[in-house]
Amino acid sequence: MSTIEVSPVTARTGGQAYRVVNDFSIQVATVNGSGSQTANSVLMRSIFQMGIPVSGKNLFPSNIAGLPTWFTIRANKNGWIGRKKEIDFLVAMNPETAREDVLKLEDGAAVVYDEPLKLKDVRNDLHFYAVPFDKLLVPVCPEAKLRKLVKNMIYDGVVAHLVGIDLEEIRTALFKQFGPKKAKAAELNWNAVQAGKRYAEENLAKTDPFAVERMNKTTGKIMIDGNSAAALGCVFAGCTVVTWYPITPSSSLVEAMIGHFKRLRVDKESGKATYAVLQAEDELAAIGMVIGASWAGARAMTSTSGPGISLMAEFAGLGYYAEVPAVIFDVQRVGPSTGLPTRTAQGDLLKNALLSHGDTRHPMFFPSSPAECFQMAMDAFDFAEQFQTPVFVMTDLDLGMNNWMADPFEYPARPLNRGKVLSKEDLDKAGEFARYRDVDGDGIPYRTLPGTHHPKAAYFTRGSGHNDEAAYTEREEDYINNMDRLARKFETMRKFLPEPEAASSHNATIGIICCGTSRYAVEESRDQLIREYGIETNYLRLKAYPFTARLKEFIAGHERVYVVEQNRDAQLLALMRLELEPALIGKLRSIRYYGGLPLDARTVTDEFATQEGL
Amino acid sequence: MSAVATPPPRKVNRIGLDVLPYRGGKTTLCAGCGHNSISERIIEVLFELGIEPWKVAKMSGIGCSSKTPAYFLNQAHGFNSVHGRAPAVSTGALLANRSLMGIVVTGDGDTASIGIGQFVHMLRRNVPLVYIIENNGVYGLTKGQFSATADRGSKQKSGVMNEMAPIDCCLMGIELGATLVARSFSGDKKQLSTILKACLSHRGLAVVDVVSPCVTFNDHEGSTKSYSYVKDHEIPLQDLNYIPYYEEIGIEMAEGEVLDVRLHDGSLLRLKKLDRDYDPYNKMAAIAAIHEGEQKGEVLTGILYIEQGRDTLHDFLNMVDEPLATLPESRVRPSRQALDMIMEELR
Repeated sequence: MSTIEVSPVTARTGGQAYRVVNDFSIQVATVNGSGSQTANSVLMRSIFQMGIPVSGKNLFPSNIAGLPTWFTIRANKNGWIGRKKEIDFLVAMNPETAREDVLKLEDGAAVVYDEPLKLKDVRNDLHFYAVPFDKLLVPVCPEAKLRKLVKNMIYDGVVAHLVGIDLEEIRTALFKQFGPKKAKAAELNWNAVQAGKRYAEENLAKTDPFAVERMNKTTGKIMIDGNSAAALGCVFAGCTVVTWYPITPSSSLVEAMIGHFKRLRVDKESGKATYAVLQAEDELAAIGMVIGASWAGARAMTSTSGPGISLMAEFAGLGYYAEVPAVIFDVQRVGPSTGLPTRTAQGDLLKNALLSHGDTRHPMFFPSSPAECFQMAMDAFDFAEQFQTPVFVMTDLDLGMNNWMADPFEYPARPLNRGKVLSKEDLDKAGEFARYRDVDGDGIPYRTLPGTHHPKAAYFTRGSGHNDEAAYTEREEDYINNMDRLARKFETMRKFLPEPEAASSHNATIGIICCGTSRYAVEESRDQLIREYGIETNYLRLKAYPFTARLKEFIAGHERVYVVEQNRDAQLLALMRLELEPALIGKLRSIRYYGGLPLDARTVTDEFATQEGL
Repeated sequence: MSAVATPPPRKVNRIGLDVLPYRGGKTTLCAGCGHNSISERIIEVLFELGIEPWKVAKMSGIGCSSKTPAYFLNQAHGFNSVHGRAPAVSTGALLANRSLMGIVVTGDGDTASIGIGQFVHMLRRNVPLVYIIENNGVYGLTKGQFSATADRGSKQKSGVMNEMAPIDCCLMGIELGATLVARSFSGDKKQLSTILKACLSHRGLAVVDVVSPCVTFNDHEGSTKSYSYVKDHEIPLQDLNYIPYYEEIGIEMAEGEVLDVRLHDGSLLRLKKLDRDYDPYNKMAAIAAIHEGEQKGEVLTGILYIEQGRDTLHDFLNMVDEPLATLPESRVRPSRQALDMIMEELR
């Protein structure tokens, strides 16, 4: 008996001869806790190994086991690796969501499903492939309790056959994933892949158009998630003190650091650590320890997400006002309060820029890729010490927790910049020291570290009013002088922050600005706008706050400028409003998405077209 | 040769410093405040022991007590941080530089209310520093509200009585991991000085709860934290003597009368029994004695608990001996080869 189900040929597929090569998305719908992560990673990596640009997005619930989860893989020959809104190829494994998942598909999509789900009658405009997973599983996995974990590997074999992924690439990816220590488990999973492949070969006739073919567009690239990349950056930045409190989606950043530390930063002779990682009792303590450690001269950092940032507000103000370095990673997630802990957003931009009471301003870095996570982690430590102030590195769940195809990281070109720290010898030469005096006119004072053996080294750090000698004061002039110097220091930052990335066309009168992971949707959308509407746009991707002079030039040079961001209240645009003159503000338009999924090009293009009246 | 008037020789300590570097700015607290006496004891003790001022980190939270690090040890770095957060800031500072001698001064508002979460976790970690609580049972800077250490039945100036259970920071210290716990009274110069010396010779977290009357808001009839109440109800557990490691131990005492505690730096703490038997090595007995004292309205002072040889936070983390803060780049930035190797693994 054959289990082939051939759907009616639709307008989109136009018959067997029509092929869609290296340009489609696969969505795998499973239950979380079922071990699908391994199967999905292997599938994604095998496409990467075939040289095809690829991305993977894990859409998971805030739960340990039992709730629906979706993993989307996008292969795109042009290198567009942002989320694709439409799903072309569904692997339906979750009985709870299968019908809804199928109903959401556009016509012509393909569906591999677990046979008992009986999905083929749901629609007649799709390509259905039924696979009896449990029946295939019994012979390859005699041990019943392991079956749940191995089951998903079968669809890797099925999908590989249907879209033409070289099975050897699956094998390579799978054994890499398990590593040499888990060779036995890898073997078991490999058998499941082969069972899927065999079944598909013998029983499924391909009717859908989606296929992969080898390319050479991933040569030399690596695959890594943003949190791991940032962690590596912190380790190469010479970070010595890490204090943190676990929170999704940032926990894996510190966990990755612990792994790298153990490997790279244990003193060979003594076997002792050249670092300290301490899990704090809450985010208040985590940032408090960072402030204490940085004050005493260490390169210290913490990593958190929105709710943790809210708790850190008090110390952020102390760091700003008492001028203590700190590096804070904010792996942004969705919403006020607990919000959607496992969804992505750029919702902390405004809050972090002004975090804490009184007049407070903080610099931020906006990495958009793993390579920038690595580089900006190092930049952030240099910057925090150079300017003696807390620095926020604004990544997000999409960048932090998903695996990305990335350029390999470059070894730091310059030595650590530890800032204006006076040693005993410096103090001997200078003869005097005033902690908060603007000696160089750049707003950045000099500091000394506790333990410096010099009668003039000591000063008293306080979050209360202080004059340039760090003495307590409530005098109006002292307060104003100090606040004006802090403002001057903030202005100096603009000259040292990374310039935006720009792309321009000859005739464009419209500009688009974004930061961080919004770039993937925006860059693809600019391509869509040319192809679909013939509209050229210029592009500016901001890498840091406070903004450099380049922002004003860019806005001034265009009739209209769209600011694209992932939050409801146009926070990036609001930060621009705070410092731009009215004529420039008048040119700004806003495109926002805040549904929690990684931003996609279609959403940007459609909103742009609506606002332009196209 | 003509006679020249020579100034009287200035008194110097064993490292050749006079008392000036040990002093601080002029106090801005009320005249008669117990906190000022504690600052004086800190100055005396550090001077007498010849501790290098620049090796000390003076840490505090917010409040009257937390202002005091400005009033001692001019030549030490100080950090008057955030209300209740001195434990975190101090923990961070000592992670960065383990050679610093951490002296933390906080109040009962800091420790028993807003910062109690940080306090208990510092206890668990046995962070090696001296943690002084200047305990007056009220919020002074905000004009006299009860703190969480106010005793049941104690009255505010207005006559309002506290009916809620007090938090005893020494009990928490013993229970949760501090390795030296003591209580003293700001008015007892000798006992407080000796306890502070012992704390500075201890390796691990030393918590000292010093009842320190607030002359403005809590020194009246009906208060259990007034000078007269504490004088009347204080029960010193031991007569304490401290012999620093650099001095010869004089008189040998008969066994049974004294308990000699050899501290980490080699100094000796000699506890001479007073009215009652008390074993500061016995955690359960210490807890029971403090509870019994509380029921009888007694303020037990002295060394309440001591445990030696237990690992500190630095041991838990297996840190290198040198300060992390000043490790050279060659020891904190891995090599180009290390990065290349990782990149290869990620391909």
